Amino acid sequence: MLYDITLKIEYAYDSLADAGRHILRLTPATLPGRQRVIASNLDVSPTPTEQGFAFDFFDNRCISISYDEAVEETAFLMQARVDRAALEPLFDVSPDLRRLAKELDTLNSVASEAPHHFRGRSPRVPPVAEIATWAGRLTADSQSTLEAVTAVCTALHREMAFDPEATAVDTPLEEAFRARHGVCQDFTHIAISALRSIGVPAGYVSGFLRTIPPKGAARLEGADAMHAWVRAWCGLEMGWVEFDPTNNMMAGEDHVVVAIGRDYFDVAPVKGMFRTAGSQDTSQSVDMVAVRS
Amino acid sequence: MSKPLQAADRSDWGTLLDAYRTLPGVADELFDSAGRVRPVWQPFLRDLAALDADALDHALARGDQYLRDAGVFFRQYGPTDSTERDWPLSHLPMLIEAGEWQNIATALMQRADVLEAAMADFYGPNRLVADGVVPARLLASNPEWLRPMVGIEPRHGHYLHFIAFDIGRGPDGKWWVLGDRTQAPSGAGFALETRMATSRSFSSLMSSTNVMRLAGFFRRFRDTLLGMRNGDGSRVAILTPGPLNDTYFEHSYIARYLGLMLVQGADLAVKDNRLMVRTVGGLQPISVLWRRLDAEWTDPLELNESSRLGTPGMIGALRSGSFTMVNALGSGALEARALMAFMPRMSEHLTGQPLAMPNIATWWCGGAGECDYVKANLERMTIDSAMSTRLPFDHGPNVVIAGKKPDGTPVDPAWIDAQGPLLAGQEIVSLSTAPALVDGKLEARPMSLRVFVARSGSGWVVMPGGFARIGHSAESADISMQRGGAVSDVWVVSDDAGPADTLLETGGGTAKRTLDATLPSTAADNLFWLGRYVERTDFKLRLLRAYHIRLAETGDGDYPLAVMLSEYLEFLGADVAATIPDNVLDDMRAALRSSGQIRDRFSTDAWNALVDLSRTTEMFATRIQPGDDAARAFSVLLRKIAGFAGLVHENMYRFTGWRFLGIGRALERAGLMMNFLRVFTDADAPEGALDLAIEVGDSIMTHRRRYAAGTSRDTVIDLLLLDDMNPRSVLNQLVSIDDHASYLPVTVEEVRMTPFQRKVLEIKTALTTAAPGEVSPDKLEQLSGDTATLSGLLADTYLR
Repeated sequence: MLYDITLKIEYAYDSLADAGRHILRLTPATLPGRQRVIASNLDVSPTPTEQGFAFDFFDNRCISISYDEAVEETAFLMQARVDRAALEPLFDVSPDLRRLAKELDTLNSVASEAPHHFRGRSPRVPPVAEIATWAGRLTADSQSTLEAVTAVCTALHREMAFDPEATAVDTPLEEAFRARHGVCQDFTHIAISALRSIGVPAGYVSGFLRTIPPKGAARLEGADAMHAWVRAWCGLEMGWVEFDPTNNMMAGEDHVVVAIGRDYFDVAPVKGMFRTAGSQDTSQSVDMVAVRS
Repeated sequence: MSKPLQAADRSDWGTLLDAYRTLPGVADELFDSAGRVRPVWQPFLRDLAALDADALDHALARGDQYLRDAGVFFRQYGPTDSTERDWPLSHLPMLIEAGEWQNIATALMQRADVLEAAMADFYGPNRLVADGVVPARLLASNPEWLRPMVGIEPRHGHYLHFIAFDIGRGPDGKWWVLGDRTQAPSGAGFALETRMATSRSFSSLMSSTNVMRLAGFFRRFRDTLLGMRNGDGSRVAILTPGPLNDTYFEHSYIARYLGLMLVQGADLAVKDNRLMVRTVGGLQPISVLWRRLDAEWTDPLELNESSRLGTPGMIGALRSGSFTMVNALGSGALEARALMAFMPRMSEHLTGQPLAMPNIATWWCGGAGECDYVKANLERMTIDSAMSTRLPFDHGPNVVIAGKKPDGTPVDPAWIDAQGPLLAGQEIVSLSTAPALVDGKLEARPMSLRVFVARSGSGWVVMPGGFARIGHSAESADISMQRGGAVSDVWVVSDDAGPADTLLETGGGTAKRTLDATLPSTAADNLFWLGRYVERTDFKLRLLRAYHIRLAETGDGDYPLAVMLSEYLEFLGADVAATIPDNVLDDMRAALRSSGQIRDRFSTDAWNALVDLSRTTEMFATRIQPGDDAARAFSVLLRKIAGFAGLVHENMYRFTGWRFLGIGRALERAGLMMNFLRVFTDADAPEGALDLAIEVGDSIMTHRRRYAAGTSRDTVIDLLLLDDMNPRSVLNQLVSIDDHASYLPVTVEEVRMTPFQRKVLEIKTALTTAAPGEVSPDKLEQLSGDTATLSGLLADTYLR
């Protein structure tokens, strides 16, 4: 499927924000065989004093920008045309959880794709006893890793209410879990915590979700802003599988990947703070339109 | 020194050793296994035994006095707050023989090479993981393995430049490594001060013993730092978390000792991928940064987002190779306890050599076999967090010792299985004991050494002694400073009388270098405010003294002048209901806080004078009575302030910082005096107001001499506003500010005169040309307003 994606993020500050420095992860990724960026463009306003480009540890594209002078507002406009391949039919060849652990032990690698990065505590996803108990119960009878992942994501979708008003970017995941509500970021963080607690390496994917559904299909939650879903490592043979717990589906043709990481910390679309005394106001809008299939 | 060794047993040292009990199964530094005093201690002990109780007391007091005079402190953290504590000196040095020291040094230099190679691998090709030497999971779960640093090669090829090792002696007499300190080890500066204090206590013993000196080590490390600069006028700076850190004293001390700039994260900025320091002369490049701050806090953009101690963009600047970080960010990964389990194999793999000094036996519970081993040998294990960077006897909250949890109950093996990779087991160690002086007698206390190793042009150099921890009880756990442990000097003693520093660089030493210390803006700001707060305190104390003198003379504060004075004090925020108003104490605390931020630029004597002033004031606040008692107390305090001002004026080099201090004082004095004159020379002011003005302006004698008649508005205005010969007059302050300002750095845009200088000149001219009769209350108010703008102009020009 070919998409045109437009992302607008605007920050307005109460008082002048001093000398800011940011890292931006806003542009869709190129993923051989799955996703191809045909063209992309990023406008930043006002024009930064300095600008640079790099790949981070997880091979995400990062633009770094900085301002010498104080600014009142900043705006980011990202436009891209992306070709996203449809999902191949998936056969469950994943091992059970005990064999998964054995397979992990054979992997002597800390390269960016290695599952070891995604097993323990990460900046935004600590182990949470309540979530571990919950996940343990859900997956006690799972015959395979993929089955366990599906069980966790399906249960999350069933038990949690999607509520954009309930949580903020920095709401701790245990709080969102206890109240069983939140946005895609909360769904994803809880899924990651749950999967890691049963021994499944799990990470965070940020990206876009098709805003206008195909005819006859329901509109998906989380399409108004940047979206998030989980990736889980299902053994040597299957590798990484992406699952969207907010919508209870495999992430496929409707999902365009921007960045991956251990949790939100690694993929935050706009990182870095302006030094300002007052508060700030953010607005974000996403438009992802299918050009042709 | 000719005494035969075999005769050296307890009885030879009088009663000194009566209370000394070695423990079974524990090595001792003083006695060998046959119960004889080791040769290295004999001359020292003989001289020590010869001191009578008084002489010993005096010796110890000299050491303590030195530390107090030098202002050495460390910060101790309580459950809710932290306080500055005197440095916990264990007066007796720990003696070690040079041959044995050489073995330790050689072994640790080898270990340093292994650690350097491990850093290069962890942040480079990761062969240790690929070859199965270090488990991938262990490295990936190490919070100090910083992913943004992976692939960044250090500019001068080395990751580690200044590290330390904690080592202890086991029951078999061999040394063991207890911990690798690769992040930003502290203690080397304290070691210098400990050495000074100990040599004050035992100066004659020290000169009769061949003790290796410490200074050469620092000289060589400083040369290393200076040698890594860019050669473009860029500088070396030391990065500190600031005064609330437990070892801030050391940071400021080392900065002063080595002549390097001390900066906090907010002083730094990244511009065009270069690291810069904000100074009063604009941004200046830094090309070598010695951090005393844990890596996590250095860059809120790529590391811990909540850090207020760091500098956004720091890692970007490292990535572009524009400066050298000492040690490289991410070096803390080597400190993780569980990594010790793999060090023997890492050494073989990286260097082809076994470790010359073993580390304490460690098992990572992330491996099935190791976990089973730990469970099967619980009684001889300490089990704690795998990623702990603390010493083996410095336990975390969930520690399991010999199979028991902190509450005394046995640990459930299932818990160990469940926690698995989060845990590491370590063999329980009994540290050797060394003598500590308790009530004039020696007692045996557990001891560990901290050995500092730094890079020089020709390889590693090891600081010869200087730092040991001594427990405050026989328990090894009580060795930690936060738990009451003490620190002693370590004397490395060579038995021949040859030059004491043969291991150090020979050849007379490098000529002392002077570095032009550029002044960071925040330091300038703190000096400026220090000047202002001290002056503010001074002025209020003068008013309070005048008030209490009148109270003493009349018995009540109910007549017009006293009422006016108390109202004026209230306008300044000081309520005379309290003999020393809280507001005055607050000013004083603020002065102390400002000076605490800049101890590296501030003489020890001046600091002590300020501390003394503050302590005396706090003490007075609880006990002085209104009236005469208070008036005399204020005179004492004013003399102390004058003493502080004298030290600053007489002893402080005329660096730019001194000028900011001077501007702060003069500006505050000018502002306060002008406003005071406006009120007290007003036509409606009660009788005696003019005399009081002269008194507060410390000008009674001068007035008598200069004007035949009594006080009038004109004479008061003349003397306290317009007379540039009077050090308390407003014009005198403006002259002094103008003079200071002419020495401040000038930026390119401000070639002629800064807005600050222009305004100063404008006010100065107005005052110079005015006649007393022309200075109306309105005119005073206008001048007062103009003066008030100077602070902002100064900040805009120099302190941004």
